[in-house]
Amino acid sequence: MLAYTLRRLWQFIPTLGGVVLLVFFVFNFVGGDPAYLLAGKIPNPETIANIRKQLGVDEPYAVQLWIFVKQILTGDFGASWSTNERVSQIFATRLGPSLTVLVPLLMISTLLGMAGAMLVAYVRGSLTDRAVMVACTVAQSVSILVYILVFQYLFAYQLGWFPVQGWGVTFMDNLLRYAVLAIVVGVAVSLAPDVRLYRTFFLDEINQDYVRTARAKGMSETRIMWVHVLRNAAIPIVTNVLLQLPGLLAGAFLIERFFGIPGIGREVILAVERSDFPIIKAVTVYVALATMVVNLAADLLYKAIDPRVQLK
Amino acid sequence: MREQGVWALAWKRFRRDRLGFASLIVVAAYVVLVLAVASGLLARDWESEAGVNFAPPTFIGAEAGEASTVKKLEVARPVSDYGIPDPLGPDLEAIEKSLSGKSRDQARALTLPLGGDKWGRDVLKKAVKGTETSLFVGLAAAILATFIGTLFGALAGFRGGKVDDFFNWLYSVLTSIPYLLLVLTVAAVVNQKGVLTVILILGLTGWTGIFRLIRAEYMKHKVREYVMAADAIGASNGRRMFVHILPNVSHVVLVQLSLHVVLFIKSEVILTFLGYGVSVDTVSWGSMLAEAGTELLLGKWWQLTVATVFMAVLVTAFSLFTDAMRDALDPRLK
Repeated sequence: MLAYTLRRLWQFIPTLGGVVLLVFFVFNFVGGDPAYLLAGKIPNPETIANIRKQLGVDEPYAVQLWIFVKQILTGDFGASWSTNERVSQIFATRLGPSLTVLVPLLMISTLLGMAGAMLVAYVRGSLTDRAVMVACTVAQSVSILVYILVFQYLFAYQLGWFPVQGWGVTFMDNLLRYAVLAIVVGVAVSLAPDVRLYRTFFLDEINQDYVRTARAKGMSETRIMWVHVLRNAAIPIVTNVLLQLPGLLAGAFLIERFFGIPGIGREVILAVERSDFPIIKAVTVYVALATMVVNLAADLLYKAIDPRVQLK
Repeated sequence: MREQGVWALAWKRFRRDRLGFASLIVVAAYVVLVLAVASGLLARDWESEAGVNFAPPTFIGAEAGEASTVKKLEVARPVSDYGIPDPLGPDLEAIEKSLSGKSRDQARALTLPLGGDKWGRDVLKKAVKGTETSLFVGLAAAILATFIGTLFGALAGFRGGKVDDFFNWLYSVLTSIPYLLLVLTVAAVVNQKGVLTVILILGLTGWTGIFRLIRAEYMKHKVREYVMAADAIGASNGRRMFVHILPNVSHVVLVQLSLHVVLFIKSEVILTFLGYGVSVDTVSWGSMLAEAGTELLLGKWWQLTVATVFMAVLVTAFSLFTDAMRDALDPRLK
């Protein structure tokens, strides 16, 4: 187990190196000169040369790459180009709101998804099963944008059950007032794909020999589902939930933006809109690192809850 | 009697799946619609401001209050208030008449079949024109991604060794960045709108899943007897990869292509909504949804509804069709 962990950690280096190269390539060769972006509407050559010197983009590529690597290792990406706030400061203050929304969102959608999946897996092949599957396909085909627009209009603007957008000061106020509608939208969006995916996990287990044995012993169907099948199907579900987390951190930007939640996702979208490259660079590299760590953690967890799994 | 081919058998299985067959018909209808738009038969004048601003759908009827305010405004022209006649008024009127054949206000309908947008453009025509953009972007990006994924997957799986290591490294780099973040980052840096840009961004970043599957298929197939037999009679590497093995994994390619069309249609909508997608002079479902957000607050729900329904029907049909195709092509799965 330790050897495996060390080997996987060792493999982080080429992958992270690749991410750094990719980000460096994208920002230096695909995009334009950032100095022109920063110099404003009426640039003069002096300002541009000045900015280029400040950013270090007049240095050779090797030196620039070294600057970038140093930024990653020290965690100091400098300051935002548009607000001059330290990038590290931005991360520290935006993580809390993101997690306030994401953790309850993941918990609720996983529990509901498991319940729904277990129900349709129990009546597999029936009309209910087929109808729910088609309903899930339809629900998935509606863009997340529509869910956000309609829910916000209906529940916040028309019915006034929740604030339309905003963020408070205390944690409880945020969780119970401002984050609620965002969580509801997130659950509504992720429920259909979750039910579909988890249903296949349940079906994989239902056809196993141990289920037949349990049934032959005369166990009740309820006990088989709740004790035998659920515990086995939960293994891939848990790892799947874990794997979703880093993607959601940046991927929840639509929800965060519409509900005015000052999280990482909203910061990303703002940075993209303002061409605020230090923030985008930092987010990309750190989220990539988080993804790798979570992938490793998921594999180790898989091994821990299912001793049959062989890690190689 | 000649044995039925694998495709004929798959088609037979597919025809038996009623839901899948129905969704194929819906998808085919969309393709016909897109061809009609592309050839200029339909929705060519989607940009013309055919109705009054926010013209409601015909089945609701014109808003009486709005029509009367329009007239009132007409009477209370600030210029005539001072008793000085507008020196250019008659000329402008004449120009407008000669341009449209009738005066501007007469030409504008009070209602449109499914409503109008902020400028009075027909929402139905916009949605039809948007279908062309969205489906074209989805298809083209999916073809590009499938091509890259298949090529890389074939190379990695067939050659193994260093080549495999290199492509696997590329794969793990690209997949360690969440897909939407990757797309957004590239979009932010490229900072250029347009159909071609969206296709390139989606296609060049979205091939990883296909690569993984095709690579596994090639690893499985390259040790099979028919490939070794081909090697024995002197078939080159390229010939074995693309003439011998590719037809045998083409069902995986086809299903992935279909899955990615749906994925890219949804991604394009989000990209365009955020302002990194197709440019302003083209309409897509994403740009319609972007306008619909503020319209909803004014109570003008029709553009949102029409765009959502157009998209949902196509995406649902395409997904169900993909499921049915997968079942038909690989009967072992069921």
